[in-house]
Amino acid sequence: MADLPTIAIWKFSSCDGCQLTLLDCEDELLGILGRVQIAYFPEATRAEIEGPWDVSLVEGSVTTPEEAERIKEIREKSGLVVAIGACATAGGIQALRNWANVKEFASIVYAHPEYLETLETSTPHSDHIDIDLELQGCPISKAQLVDALLAVLSGRRPNVPTSAVCVECKRRQTPCVQVLGTPCLGPVTQAGCGAICPSFARGCYGCFGPKETPNTVSLAKRWSEMGASEDQLLRAFRTFNGYKPAFREESARHGG
Amino acid sequence: MADETRTIKTDYLARVEGEGGMLIRLKGNAIEEVKLNIFEPPRFFEAFLRGRYFTEAPDITARICGICPVAYQTAAINSMESICGVKVEDQIRQLRRLLYCGEWIESHALHIYMLHAPDFLGYPSAIEIAKDAPEVVETALRLKKIGNHIMTVVGGREIHPINVKVGGFYKAPSKAELEAMVPDLEWALETSLETVKWANTLDFPDFEMDYEFAALDAGGVYPIEGGERFVSNRGLDIPIDEFYEHVVEEHVKHANALQGHLKERGSFLVGPLARYALWYDLLSDEARGAAEGVGLGKVVKNPFKSIIVRSVELVEACVEALRIIREYEQPAEPAIEVKPKAGAACGASEAPRGTLCHRYEIDANGIILDATITPPTAQNQPQIEADLRGFVGQFMDLPNEELTLRCEQAIRNYDPCISCATHFLTLEIERG
Repeated sequence: MADLPTIAIWKFSSCDGCQLTLLDCEDELLGILGRVQIAYFPEATRAEIEGPWDVSLVEGSVTTPEEAERIKEIREKSGLVVAIGACATAGGIQALRNWANVKEFASIVYAHPEYLETLETSTPHSDHIDIDLELQGCPISKAQLVDALLAVLSGRRPNVPTSAVCVECKRRQTPCVQVLGTPCLGPVTQAGCGAICPSFARGCYGCFGPKETPNTVSLAKRWSEMGASEDQLLRAFRTFNGYKPAFREESARHGG
Repeated sequence: MADETRTIKTDYLARVEGEGGMLIRLKGNAIEEVKLNIFEPPRFFEAFLRGRYFTEAPDITARICGICPVAYQTAAINSMESICGVKVEDQIRQLRRLLYCGEWIESHALHIYMLHAPDFLGYPSAIEIAKDAPEVVETALRLKKIGNHIMTVVGGREIHPINVKVGGFYKAPSKAELEAMVPDLEWALETSLETVKWANTLDFPDFEMDYEFAALDAGGVYPIEGGERFVSNRGLDIPIDEFYEHVVEEHVKHANALQGHLKERGSFLVGPLARYALWYDLLSDEARGAAEGVGLGKVVKNPFKSIIVRSVELVEACVEALRIIREYEQPAEPAIEVKPKAGAACGASEAPRGTLCHRYEIDANGIILDATITPPTAQNQPQIEADLRGFVGQFMDLPNEELTLRCEQAIRNYDPCISCATHFLTLEIERG
C-alpha cells in the first residue's frame, strides 16, 4: 500500500466538472483506485496524506492571490503536475474578466466588492509554473483522463491528440456541418471530445480549445463568407478558451 | 468553565462541491457565532454575461456547476423563452424533463452514496467503504452511470451537455435510442427502491427544525424542469417573475456567495425536503409507496433524513424517466426558432439541491443587458447556519471531535454546492 503512487487533486477557480470526470469514470474508478493512493481529493474524501505527492491533478484557473501562491507550493511538492480542463489550461470562461475591469465586474455582482480578494485576471497554471501535461477541454474527456493516469502510472507517454475535431468527424462518418451551412470551430479545435456537437447537427463551439497550429484566420474568413458578423466571430473565439493565445489573437482581429 | 471559549472548526469542508468552511464559537453554553465561510473565488458570471448573445446563456451558465449543468441550462432557457414569448411543444418539454431526470439520478446517487453515506457509516470517503463493502460503491457507480447515460443520449455528454438550446434541442433522439435505456432504468428503479430501505436503516440524531419549505409549483406534476410559481408551506405563492421581489440577496463578509432571505421572513429551505413536503401527493405510486414502506411521514423535518428523501426522489426520477420513454414520440422538429425580443423575465428549475432562479434582460438584438442568478445553495446558506445553531444548541455536550463531524454532516445534509453559490465551506467551532 505504502508503495503505491500518491495522487493529489486540487481545485482552483472552476465548476468542479473536471474533477467530477474522475468520479464519472464509473467503470474504471475502482481499478484506478487500486493502483494509487488518493492523497488529497476533498470533493470525495476527508482523508489527507501530506506531501510530497507523485502526481498532482490541478483543476481551475488562478484568480486570487492565494491561488497564485498555492500553485507554486503544489509545484514544489509534486513529481508531475497535470493541468486538467479549460480553466487550468486557458483560464476558462472566467478569463472574460481579462478584457474587462474587475472592479466594475465585482460591483455588478456584489454589494460590497471590498470584501473580495480577487486578481485582475484569470490565468492558466502555465503562466505561473512549469506544467508537465495539459489536458484541454470544458470538460476534459474521460478517456483522455484515464489514459493520462495509466500513462503516468506506467511511465509511458500519454496519447493526447493534436489533430482537429474534423478528424474525429471523419472517423465517425459525420457529414460536415459546415458544408451543410452551419459555422463550426471544428477545423481549429483540438480533438478529444469525439466530435459530439457535429453528431448532434451543431457546429463545434471550441470547448477543447485551439489545436496545434490552427488556421483561425482562414476559418474566420469562411465564417464571414457564410454571413457571420464580426461580433459573432469575436464571441465565438472568446468563450471557454478565449484566453488561449491562438483564440485570443483571432478574437482581437474582430474588435474589442 | 462558564465563560470558557470553545471553537469548533473545519477549515476546508470535504465531500461538498466547492470551497468553504465553518466557524462556531461558544462561550460557556452560549453560541456566540455560527458562520458558514465561503471562500470559493468569485467568477463573475452575472457580469460577463452582459454583452453576450441570448442563446449563449445556457452553455455559459452550465459552467457555473459541473455537477448540475442541466439545472443551469434549463433555467436559462426557461427565462429566455419567457422573454421571447415562445412555448415549446410538450414532447420537447418531456425531453427536457428526461434529461433532467438523468441529472437527478447522477447527482442524487453521487450524494447519497459517495458524499453523505460515509458520515453515517463512519468512513472518510466512499473509497474506504469500497474496501470493506465494494458492492455498495459498485451499486452507487452503476446508478450514477445510468443517470449519466441519459444525459449522454439526450444531451450529448454528461458534464456540460451540448444538445440543449433556447427553443428545444439541436437533435431529438429517436424512440429506439431511448428505449435502449429501459433495461438499465428498470434496474435503477429496483435499486432505488432498495436504496430507500437501506437509507432508512442509518442512524439519525434526534433533531428537527421548523422550516419554511419553498419549491416551484409545476402545475400538477412534481417540479423538476420548471414551474410558473414559487410557493412555500407558509403561504408564499408568487409568479416566478416576482422572485426577486420576495427573495433578497445579502452580501456578508464571510461569504463570496450572496445569502438569500425571504423578505421580512428570514431563512427558508429549498431542495429535496421542501419538494417532498410540498408535493408529496404528486409523487408516483412507487415513490410514495417507498416512503410509506419505511414509515417516512409526509413532511420530514429532520435534515439528517434528507438522505432518505433524496432516495425517494431517486425512485421518482427513475419512474419519470421510464414513463417519458414509454410515451415518447420523436417530434417532427427538434426545436422552434426563437427570435429575440426586448424584455426581461425570470426562469427557474429544480436543481437536485433546490430551486434555481435566473433573470435576464435582453435587447431587441438579443444582447444580454443584465443577468441575475440565484442558486439553491445561496438560498439555503442562512438556513444551514440556522440548522448548525440549533444542532449545536441541542448537542453541545458532545466532545469536540464528534461535534465537528456532526456539524459537517449537518452541512452535507444540504448537498451544498459552493461552486454554484460562488463555491465552498470550512467548519470551525470555537468554544469558550
